[in-house]
Amino acid sequence: MNIAIKSVIEKKESLKSDLGNLNNSFIDYKIIKAEKFSVFYGDSIGVYEVTMDIPKNLVTAIIGPSGCGKSTFLRAINRMNDLILNCRSDGLLYIDGQSIYSRDVDVVNLRRNVGMVFQKSNPFPKSIFDNVAYGPRIHGIKNRGQLNEIVERSLIRTALWDEVKDRLHESALALSGGQQQRLCIARALAVNPEILLMDEPASALDPRSTARIEDLIAELRKDYTIVIVTHNMQQAARVSDYTAFLYEGKLIEFGLTKDLFTNPNEQQTEDYITGRFG
Amino acid sequence: MKLQTRKLLDKSFTGLNLFSAFLLISALIIVLGPIFFKGIGAFVFKGTVEYRRMIFDQFGRGNKEKIFKEIAYSQKARKFIYDNISDFEKGIIVKSYIKETKKIYKEYKEYLSSLELPNPHKNELRRKSRSLYSLFIKALESTDKEKVENILNQILSDPYRKRFDSTPMTKMFHLVTRYSEIVNQVDLSNREVYLENLIDLKDQLRTLLGPFPKDPKPILPRNQYGQTRWDRSLVKLNDVLFIEKYDYSDSSEMGQIVQYPRSEIFKGTTVEHIFSYLEDNRESILLPKTVFYWRFFTDVPLDSNIFGGIKPAILGTFYLTFGALLFSIPLGIIAAIYLTEFAKENWLIQLIRTCIGTLAGVPSIVFGLFGLAFFINTIHVSSSKSVLAGSMTLAILVLPTVIRASEEAIRTVPHTYKEASLSLGASRWRAVLTVILPAALPGILTGIIISMGRAAGETAPIIFTAAVSVGQPLKLWETLSQATPALSWNIYNLCTEHEAVDEIRHVQYGMVLTLVLLVLLINIIAIILRARINKRLIGRT
Repeated sequence: MNIAIKSVIEKKESLKSDLGNLNNSFIDYKIIKAEKFSVFYGDSIGVYEVTMDIPKNLVTAIIGPSGCGKSTFLRAINRMNDLILNCRSDGLLYIDGQSIYSRDVDVVNLRRNVGMVFQKSNPFPKSIFDNVAYGPRIHGIKNRGQLNEIVERSLIRTALWDEVKDRLHESALALSGGQQQRLCIARALAVNPEILLMDEPASALDPRSTARIEDLIAELRKDYTIVIVTHNMQQAARVSDYTAFLYEGKLIEFGLTKDLFTNPNEQQTEDYITGRFG
Repeated sequence: MKLQTRKLLDKSFTGLNLFSAFLLISALIIVLGPIFFKGIGAFVFKGTVEYRRMIFDQFGRGNKEKIFKEIAYSQKARKFIYDNISDFEKGIIVKSYIKETKKIYKEYKEYLSSLELPNPHKNELRRKSRSLYSLFIKALESTDKEKVENILNQILSDPYRKRFDSTPMTKMFHLVTRYSEIVNQVDLSNREVYLENLIDLKDQLRTLLGPFPKDPKPILPRNQYGQTRWDRSLVKLNDVLFIEKYDYSDSSEMGQIVQYPRSEIFKGTTVEHIFSYLEDNRESILLPKTVFYWRFFTDVPLDSNIFGGIKPAILGTFYLTFGALLFSIPLGIIAAIYLTEFAKENWLIQLIRTCIGTLAGVPSIVFGLFGLAFFINTIHVSSSKSVLAGSMTLAILVLPTVIRASEEAIRTVPHTYKEASLSLGASRWRAVLTVILPAALPGILTGIIISMGRAAGETAPIIFTAAVSVGQPLKLWETLSQATPALSWNIYNLCTEHEAVDEIRHVQYGMVLTLVLLVLLINIIAIILRARINKRLIGRT
C-alpha cells in the first residue's frame, strides 16, 4: 500500500469524524445508475459493460490508467460523446430514474442538469460576467438584477468573488489558470445543475491552485453530486467518498474510497494503486 | 556541418529576407509613387481664369465680382489679339465688304428715287454711282495689288465725290479708305493660303482661350471655355506658336518632326505680332492660380469628364461594393457554418467543397457573363444593367473567399468553447451564434476585407451587369434598376475609349488614386475594427 495515500486517507477520516456519519444516510439514493453500459468508437471499445451506481450528494472519483475509458464514461453521463463522430452507446444509463439514451430525452435539458468542468479551463472569450451569465441567459433569464445575483452567488461559491468583483467586465482570458478553472466551475454552477462532472479539473494547474480546487470540491459536495475523473490517486483519495477503478474499459472495482485504497478486493486495483503499472 | 558554415548560412538567409522586404517596399514605391503624384494633379493644380469661369457658370461657385473683374482683365489683355485678327480677316475675307457695299448701293438707290430732282439729273447720279460701285466690287474681287491700288485711288479721287456728300454713298468712300489701308499690309496674291492658315490659327486660339467674342455660344461645354489647367494651356500655347511639320530633307532617314513657327507664315502682316504678344503676356491672358479642387470627389462630371469631378463613379463603387457584401456575407457565413458545424463528411460535401474551391479560380469575365445571362436575362432582377445585378454578380465572385475565410476562422475556434457551451445546455445553433461566431469574427472579418477590396476593384464582372461610362449619381432606390459609372470600369473607359484621352489624364490618374485610397480606407477601417474585436476577445489592454 502506497504510504502517501494511506496517510491522506487517515487524515481525511479524522477530519470527517466531526461530521459524523451524516453522509451514510444519503448513500441509499443512487442518482446515476449504469447497467451494462458500453460506449464504442467505431470498432474500438471505449467503455465496456460498466454497471455502477453513483450515490447522490457525494464525490465519486473515477481512476485508471490513460485510455481506460474514464473520460469516456464521464462524458457519457451528459451525452457529450454525441459530438464525436462514429460514437455509439449500448446498455442503460439512468439519471434520477430516467434513461438518458432513450429517444424522448431532451439533451439540452439533460446537460443543464448535468454540468461539466473540463480538463483545460475553457472560459469563453467574453467578460467574466458574461461567462458566468452565459448559462442563465441561454435559459431565458434576461432580468439584469437576477443575472447580477446569480453571477455574484456563483462567484462567491467558487471563492472567486473577492478576486474579480472589481473587474467583472474585463475579459476572462486575462485571469490566471487557476482562476479560469474556478470561473468555469462558477459558470457550471450558475445554471444550478444537480450533478457536476469534472474531467481532471486540476491536471493543468500548479499545486496551490490544485489545492484551492480540491477545497472547492469539498465545499460543493454538500449541494451537488460530483463525479471526478483524475489521474492523481492522492487527489482521488483526498476528495472522494467513492472510487471506481476502470481498466481497459471495464469496471474493475467500485467502492468506498477508504476501502478501495486500503483494502482493495481485486489484484489489479492493488497493483495499480501501489504503482506497479499504469 | 561546421559551426562556421552554419552561421554563414544563417546570415545569408537573414540577408535574403531583408533583400526581399526591400524589394517589396521598392516595388510598392515604384507602383504607388507615380499614381500618387500624378493622381494628386487632379486635386491640386494651377487653374486659369477659364477654370474659374467654368466653375462659376456650371457649378455656381466663386465670388461673382472677383471673377467678372478677372474676366474683364484678361479680355483686355486678349483684345490686341482679337482686334488684330479681325482686321486681318477683313483683308482676306472680302465677302463681308462686298455684302456691305451692295447694301450701301441699294440704300443709295432708294434715297435717289425719293429725291425730287429733274430726271436727267437723277440719271446722271445713278449712272455715276453704279460705275463707282462696280469699280469697288472689281477691286475687292481682285488679288492683283497694283491694280487694286489703282482702282481704289481712282475711286477716291473721283471728281464726282463732292456731289455724294451727306448721302449714303459717303459710307462707301469710308469702306474704300479702310480697304486701301488693309491692302497696303496684306499680300493679296496669297489670300487663299492666309485664309487656310487663319482658320487653323483661330481654331487653335479657340482651344486655348475659348470662343472668340463674336462667336455664337458653342453647344458643348468643352468648346465654351479655353484651357482650364495651366499645364494644358502651355501645351496648347505651343500648338498656337508652332506647327508640326515633317522634314524630309535627308532622304535616307524617316521624316523628322520639326516645330515650325507659325509666325513665319504670317510674316510681314499685323498678325505676326500676336505670337510674341501671346508668349509675353500669357500669364495676364490666362491668370493662373493654384487651386485645391477637393470637390473632385463630390462634383458631377461635365461633358464626359472633361470638366468636373467623379462623384457618380465613387458612389457607384460604394454601392456595388456594399451591395456585394450585403449578399455575400450572410450567404457565405451561413454556408461556412453549415460546412464546418453541421455537414456530415460524405462525398456530396466533398463535392461542394471542391466546387467552392473551383469557383474561386474562375476568371472574373466569366462571372460577368454569368451575371448577364442569369440575373438579367433569366431571372430579370432588372430590365437591363443595374447596380443590383452588378452587386449580385460581384457577390458570387467573392462568395468563395468569404466562405473559405469564414470556414478557416470557425475551424480555429477552440473545440472547448463549443463543448463548454453545449455542456451548459445550449443548443447547437445557440452555441454557434453565441460563442463560435463571436470568437471567429476577426478571421471572418479578414475574409470580408479581402472581398471588399476585390469587389471594389473588379472590372470584368460589372461590364455586362452594372457599369456605364457616363451617368448621374444614383439615389439609393435607383440602384435597383439603374446602371452606374464605377471607378474600376471608368478608369479603363477613360483611358481607352474617351475621345480626348490626352486632355483628361489628370482625371484618369485622379480616379486611380481615389480607388487606391478608397480600398486603403476600407481596409484601415476594417483592420481597426478587427483589432478592437480582438482586444475585446483576448482582454489584454
